[in-house]
Amino acid sequence: MLEINGLSVSVAGKEILKDFNLSVAAGEVHAIMGPNGSGKSTLSYVLAGREGYDITAGSVTYRGQDLLALKPEMRAREGLFLAFQYPVEIPGVGSTTFFKTAVNAIRKHRGEKEFDAMEFLKIMREKRDELGISEEMMRRALNVGFSGGEKKRNEVLQMALLEPYLAVLDETDSGLDIDALRVAADGINSLRSPERTMIVITHYQRLLEYVVPDYVHVMADGKVVRSGGKELALELEEKGYSGVGDKAEAAA
Amino acid sequence: MGRSISLPYAAKFAASRADLPGGDLSWLTSGRNAAMARFLELGLPSQDAEDWKYSNLSPLAKTDFTGPNQKAVDLARDEVAQRFPKDSAAGRLVFINGILDSSLSVLDNLPTGVRVIGLADAMTAESDLLKAEMDAMPLLNGHALAALNAAFMADGGLIILEPKAELALELLFVAAPDICAVAYHPHISITAGAGSRLALREQHASLGDTEYWSNSVTAMRLSEAAQVRHYKLQEESGRAWQTALTKASLAAGATYENFIVTTGGRYSRNEIEIVLEGKDAFCELGGSFLLAGEQQVDNRLQVDHIAANCTSRQVYKGVLNERSHGVFQGKTIVHRDAQKSDGNQLSRALLLSPDAIMDAKPELEIYADDVKCSHGATVGELDSEQMFYLRARGIDEASARSLLIAAFMEEHLQSITDDAARDWLRGAVSAWLQKPLSGGAS
Repeated sequence: MLEINGLSVSVAGKEILKDFNLSVAAGEVHAIMGPNGSGKSTLSYVLAGREGYDITAGSVTYRGQDLLALKPEMRAREGLFLAFQYPVEIPGVGSTTFFKTAVNAIRKHRGEKEFDAMEFLKIMREKRDELGISEEMMRRALNVGFSGGEKKRNEVLQMALLEPYLAVLDETDSGLDIDALRVAADGINSLRSPERTMIVITHYQRLLEYVVPDYVHVMADGKVVRSGGKELALELEEKGYSGVGDKAEAAA
Repeated sequence: MGRSISLPYAAKFAASRADLPGGDLSWLTSGRNAAMARFLELGLPSQDAEDWKYSNLSPLAKTDFTGPNQKAVDLARDEVAQRFPKDSAAGRLVFINGILDSSLSVLDNLPTGVRVIGLADAMTAESDLLKAEMDAMPLLNGHALAALNAAFMADGGLIILEPKAELALELLFVAAPDICAVAYHPHISITAGAGSRLALREQHASLGDTEYWSNSVTAMRLSEAAQVRHYKLQEESGRAWQTALTKASLAAGATYENFIVTTGGRYSRNEIEIVLEGKDAFCELGGSFLLAGEQQVDNRLQVDHIAANCTSRQVYKGVLNERSHGVFQGKTIVHRDAQKSDGNQLSRALLLSPDAIMDAKPELEIYADDVKCSHGATVGELDSEQMFYLRARGIDEASARSLLIAAFMEEHLQSITDDAARDWLRGAVSAWLQKPLSGGAS
């Protein structure tokens, strides 16, 4: 469902991803781990279509399409979802209004009937109850005045509402205490399905205790230096990134 | 004062004086003559004058303006009635090309303690009252366009609230097509007695894309603890010139709230001068402007803190697309005895195009030592991180822009106290956003 081949990406003339390769099949959960500066977040932004990244080589095929040719909104409508590491505060835009606009944009694209206000509120109530998000939070402006944990849970709520085929979770665990982490992980796990693929980007092994991946990849200096099963995460926990792969050592 | 521009239209004063109402009132005639002499001395403001440095009025001198023509007014009446139906319980004054239309206006069933009279009618039937009211109003000496208004004023309104009286009033100004470009000079005089409350809703619109010049003066006097809420929607024709001056004096404990939404006009000057004469007076001047094409708005505010313990706020927010030009000139003067003054000014603008221009000049002049004053100005573009976040959720670029612009304005609209007025003005902002925005939208 996702094929990344020989992808090289520069930001302001500096090469961040270098001949990056990754192949992900439908329904799988892949973890991407690596030290700071290894290119993990760049990968997530490039997949979601953020401006400012120069693709210098390679290709990304998503569900049979050239992903890089699509605008960000088209990628989202085609079922790609990025849970932001730093969700953006947007004063003046109500959370509920935003969610409804986003859900209906995607439903319309899929040829499904758009929700009216009542239908939408009902669906949102169910999903937010599961994630312990209060109604009061939804009445606030988007992410404004939310704690770090609330922002991350809000990202998971959006994922639940938008029902993506491919979810890229960028450091969804950062800034969460253990209780908040568990709530977020439960939310993520409840969305696992044979039709839904996830790429979980994380610095620490902690999240992977709850969201158990099928594969773990270690990134260093803009490329995957080692891949393995879930036990690789445990090995990293023990030895740190410096013990994994020669290049990783050089980069760390 | 520098160079000024001579205005050929002013030369029509001698010929048109006979057609202006109140010709039999010697005080009015001499007042008009004196005003014209003052205007001729001052001339049309040029950009050499500090208050006008961002505005080029010279095209006004090149346009052959004439006075309104009754025939054009009569022809427009049905369309005005249809396009602008009365939809509230408030009293209403409707002006077509600056002339009060009595059939469209609603002045019966006004509350007790309230008088609302058309200015031309007052010149005929209530000249003593009119003279007394005008004499009591704050002076507008040295203001060229106010002098032009005083010379040419043909109609307007005389509004008087006795102490404790309450009134909701709509002022609708519609420009109708005429053979030539029309110039008119509405003059509104408002006296709000002690503890009275006035909700004033002022709308400026046009039938068709006509060129005209509306040069209005609104003078008001708020007695102790009077409250005036003055909301204005300015959606003139894209070829219109509007120069509007509002001057208000506030006695102790009086409150004046003004909010202007400007989406129309080729050139608009919203000028407000407030004098806080009594202690504990409060004024809040808000404005939103949303412009495109070659439109320009020049918002000039001046608040004089004369008495102690007064509060003033000036907040203007603009959205500028294409080659439009926004101006904020806010001045707060805290005089020597105005201790414990609280004054702040804020100008924020969002530029949607690299060719749009915003000039902001917030100024504080403080002569008292115990005051709390602040000012600020920001100019920016739409936040690219916010845009990306919205688009990454499937919202197209044009909708994301609209959402962010609406959010930028919504915060500001929240400061409008009156719910119905807020909905009314928000409707105008939404209507502007419904129009396709150029520049970047796919």
